Amino acid sequence: MGTYNSADIAAFKDVWVFCEQRQGVMMPTSYELISEGRKLADELGVNLCGLLVGDNVEGLVKDLGGYGADKVYLCESPLLKDYTTDAYAKVVSDAVQAYKPEIMLFGASNIGRDLAPRCAARLHTGLCADCTHLDVDVAKYVEFLRESSTLDVDGTNWDMENRDLKMTRPAFGGHLMATIICPRFRPAMATVRPGVMKKNEYSEAKANAVEIVRPEVVLTDADLHTRVREIVKETRKLVDLTGADVVVSVGRGISSNIEEGIRLAQELADVLGGVVGASRAVVDNGWLPADHQVGQTGKTVHPRIYIALGISGAIQHQAGMQDSEHIIAVNKNAAAPIFQVADYGICGDLFKVVPEMIASFQAAKTQA
Amino acid sequence: MKCIVCVKQVPDTSGVVAVKEDGTMDRAAMATITNHDDLAAVEAALRIKDATGCKVVVISMGPPPAEGMLRELLAMGADEAVLVSAREFGGSDTYATSQILAAAIKKVGVDSDDIVFCGRQAIDGDTAQVGPQIAEKLNLPQVSYVAEINVDGKAVTVKRLLEDGYMTIKVQTPCLLTCVKELNEARYMSVGGIMECYQKPLEVYNYETLKDDPLIDVDTIGLKGSPTNVYKSFSPPVKGAGMMMEGADKATVEKLVSILNDKHII
Repeated sequence: MGTYNSADIAAFKDVWVFCEQRQGVMMPTSYELISEGRKLADELGVNLCGLLVGDNVEGLVKDLGGYGADKVYLCESPLLKDYTTDAYAKVVSDAVQAYKPEIMLFGASNIGRDLAPRCAARLHTGLCADCTHLDVDVAKYVEFLRESSTLDVDGTNWDMENRDLKMTRPAFGGHLMATIICPRFRPAMATVRPGVMKKNEYSEAKANAVEIVRPEVVLTDADLHTRVREIVKETRKLVDLTGADVVVSVGRGISSNIEEGIRLAQELADVLGGVVGASRAVVDNGWLPADHQVGQTGKTVHPRIYIALGISGAIQHQAGMQDSEHIIAVNKNAAAPIFQVADYGICGDLFKVVPEMIASFQAAKTQA
Repeated sequence: MKCIVCVKQVPDTSGVVAVKEDGTMDRAAMATITNHDDLAAVEAALRIKDATGCKVVVISMGPPPAEGMLRELLAMGADEAVLVSAREFGGSDTYATSQILAAAIKKVGVDSDDIVFCGRQAIDGDTAQVGPQIAEKLNLPQVSYVAEINVDGKAVTVKRLLEDGYMTIKVQTPCLLTCVKELNEARYMSVGGIMECYQKPLEVYNYETLKDDPLIDVDTIGLKGSPTNVYKSFSPPVKGAGMMMEGADKATVEKLVSILNDKHII
């Protein structure tokens, strides 16, 4: 296995996106990846292809075309109805060996992060986890560094011919960024953080033009060593932090009156059409469930407006929200690190400030 | 039956993160801890030991000081420890790391009723790749994001977390499970355990020990055998401090809202 993909890496073409569906519903991240994949395919001058695996999922193909896919490789079998590592890894690895893509992207979901390493190990190739930025073209990469790094890009000698996929990801809780390449093996594989890449405009013409290819699916019941007994969706309302336009987060600062603190945050979020987030301290104390957590071990958000209430702003928290467009912080402690990343800071008691904010935002909204 | 648990010693990123002049992390200046998810994996194995009396072997790849962490795990109740340590293994990416760990696990031996445990991910790399890659190299079925485990003979039923719920999955031993820290609350070392931990076996596997395994090859281990390389590493620009509003009363908030309004932020 080890040599098949390093012997002639020029034989590998096209950009592939693993399009994750669950129970016949496409995960929104798949459209983000298709959109990002479109950019990479255009930089390379190759096709962008979706890889769709499931049972009776042909109906999902058209939308993948609409967001930019030229082709969709469709692998269907009743054995692929629910995600299992065994079946999906086999089908994905077989398709990669048969069609030889140069680049392969997965969403960094709980399923993508299970599947991608298994495939990378089987195919003997490199995988970069949780990427937040991708480039092929060196000139574009240099432009990205100019805006997003402290490197002296003009003082560096760049090999402008380098066509490797440059996979950039935060390391050590956002203190450091690393750009990873996989120069000797193909496909270069990456999992990409959900919510980071921007979705293209939907094109009806592209949707109608998408081509379907059906790779042979060789799979028997004996290939499955794990059995899915049940899939349970938690009945509570899902908190869509990554997709939210406004996030109002609470931290340890609500400890003197937890219920009131959460109620105020919720009310402020409601006024602004947003959702409530939380720091790890709040989740660890059981004040809000884990799906509210923003930060390195929680979710990464970049809403238009992020309001941090009573959050000191540890680096693990900052890692999950520092790319928000506008950050407003309310904290009693003027030395709190959150003020280092905030665009606007108010040093005061959130229990006094937030009711004023609710009233003022409400008033501003009624005027507009 | 035995449980083999892969554990990593990581810098404590919740403390002060020291960054060197060149922008890389100064690991030497930081305290080290046992990776949280791995500790959950050790505890899961110890609970199976409590119930069945099975053996628990902990394995870590790292520099010689990682022995201290392994002794702590022996003091918690693990029976044997293996430290995988050699210069040749340095600079490994996840692919190469999993090759080496898989070879070490093969040396320990995986019987038909064994379970291999890993943490979901390490807090320093955050890749969540090594567990599934070891499973692939050992040709074991895997379940990742495990938040509940029930062992009944060779049948293992686990709860696997999804973003919006969970799956219940049944898998036969031998298998590999990657655990999340929500799985359990790890026990403390006992005083008796600390007394005993230096008498328990701790083996060091170096390059010589593992070199005959087909997984250990110059093309698959260390910096040279890693498919991925660092192309550039850099620090994000420090964002200029924002505007601190004066005061914290109604007038202050109204001023903020009017600024946001003028800039069309709201």
